[in-house]
Amino acid sequence: MVFEHAVCAFCGCVCDDIAVTVEDGRITQAKNACVLGKAWFLSHGQPSDLPAARINGHAVSLEAGIDYAASLLSQAHYPIIYGLSSTSCEAQRQAIALSETIGGNLDCCTSVCHGPSGMAVQGVGEPTCTLGEVKNRADLLIYWGSNPAESHPRHMTRYAVTPKGMFIPNGRKDRTVVLIDVRPTPSSRAADILITPKPGKDFELLWALRGLILGNKIEEASLAETGVTLEQLTDLAIRMKKSHFGIIFIGQGLTQSRGKHLNTTAAFMLVRDLNRTNKFALMPMRGHGNVTGIDNVLAWQTGFPFGVNFSKGYPRFNPGEFTIVDVLSRDEADLIMSVASDPIASLPATARKRAAEVPMIAIDTHESETTRRAQVAFIAATAGIGAEGTVYRMDNVPLHMDKILDLPFPSDEELLSRLHTRVKELKS
Amino acid sequence: MPEGKLTLITGRSTRQGAGISTGKELEEYQTATTVILLSPIDMERFGLHDKDAVRLKTRFGSATVTCRSGDLPAGIAFLAFGPAANQLVGGDTQLSGMPDTKGFEIEVEPIPA
Repeated sequence: MVFEHAVCAFCGCVCDDIAVTVEDGRITQAKNACVLGKAWFLSHGQPSDLPAARINGHAVSLEAGIDYAASLLSQAHYPIIYGLSSTSCEAQRQAIALSETIGGNLDCCTSVCHGPSGMAVQGVGEPTCTLGEVKNRADLLIYWGSNPAESHPRHMTRYAVTPKGMFIPNGRKDRTVVLIDVRPTPSSRAADILITPKPGKDFELLWALRGLILGNKIEEASLAETGVTLEQLTDLAIRMKKSHFGIIFIGQGLTQSRGKHLNTTAAFMLVRDLNRTNKFALMPMRGHGNVTGIDNVLAWQTGFPFGVNFSKGYPRFNPGEFTIVDVLSRDEADLIMSVASDPIASLPATARKRAAEVPMIAIDTHESETTRRAQVAFIAATAGIGAEGTVYRMDNVPLHMDKILDLPFPSDEELLSRLHTRVKELKS
Repeated sequence: MPEGKLTLITGRSTRQGAGISTGKELEEYQTATTVILLSPIDMERFGLHDKDAVRLKTRFGSATVTCRSGDLPAGIAFLAFGPAANQLVGGDTQLSGMPDTKGFEIEVEPIPA
């Protein structure tokens, strides 16, 4: 059986033109998918002897697993629920509701990816657009601190660089592509202009570029430490001002380097100021699956996109206080619940240490270091393959994912809903 | 053997990304996340050849990986996200929530064969 227009939820591109072939309960083909999407689709449907629920490594009934996990959650003083990127919005809503009931922290993969972009959105505002507008209008594309050829392999061909658009009839020929990165990457091949700053100097460059856009005089000497010349920066500024529709795609090169949220704030301010005279947009290259979804769901429910705390009975936001790396590195959490994530494998060692000292509950679609270490581990059906749900693309467009396979596991949404119900019973 | 310092960039690669789905315990992911790319100038500076083992150290931890020459500016190295990279990253986020994942200094120590 072939499912046309299946939705790939591996990266923020969320391509919805994948033709998935299912044979004997397995996905055998994923036409149009990139190397990341193919791996994601084809890794599903393999025979699995994993039990749906385990306590301390031993298989138990789902009811017993939920009961034990709920007792841990209801008794925790300062729990943290983390992850929620590789799952549906419907499951994310359940996790938020659960977090509010237990009065804990809720953080998502955003905090180690584009949290700094979210902080800039709060401070400056987000002058952005959809990927459809990029395809149809953008004649100047700037990738800053991003390597889409490896992180989002179809971004350039499906949305940005090569496709012909309504007002871009000649596709690639009508566009200028600028890549700004500290090192050459496979993405460099697609660029007309390469700018290679020294590591940790993006804020200085963005601020100088903003100055040029605003008509200020910038001294060559002030750029000496950036590795970029005034001539290069002035050329970029002129191109930005002459463009019909420009866009800067920002990557982890800005969010994870020296400056972090100050880098992204400078980028958002630059684009905001450009809109005095031009049509210009900015878009973070969201990576982990439905991480844009958890930002949206958390923001519309609590007012904040990540790092939310409910201990006082109302949502509070404070990066550095309620975010996963800080909560764990300071040994503050007394319970960790990981949903659709693998924090044991992906967080710094100082954060992982705490996970070995406190109880952990894990919900994921496959075995991982986190599920192996968890006191209570659940295996769930993958959203977008074994369960339907909503996923958000990197440009905040929501798309519906159908169920493609019957998998012998409940969905994240069902597990979280049942957990929440049991926690409420125990707390009453 | 000569020792020295480099600026490390950690990040995504397609093999690392595909390996997340196919299995982190399998060779594809393990290889993708335990090979550090160095510039030809730095390879020569440290007396290294492709597939030589090196120990990477920061004040937070250390990791043993293999090295390969890559298209990089001198002084900059690249290692894909993964268990090796995480050993080198600290928990200080400067109140941003984000740890220092890119552009931090590492010590590189070639391991004799």
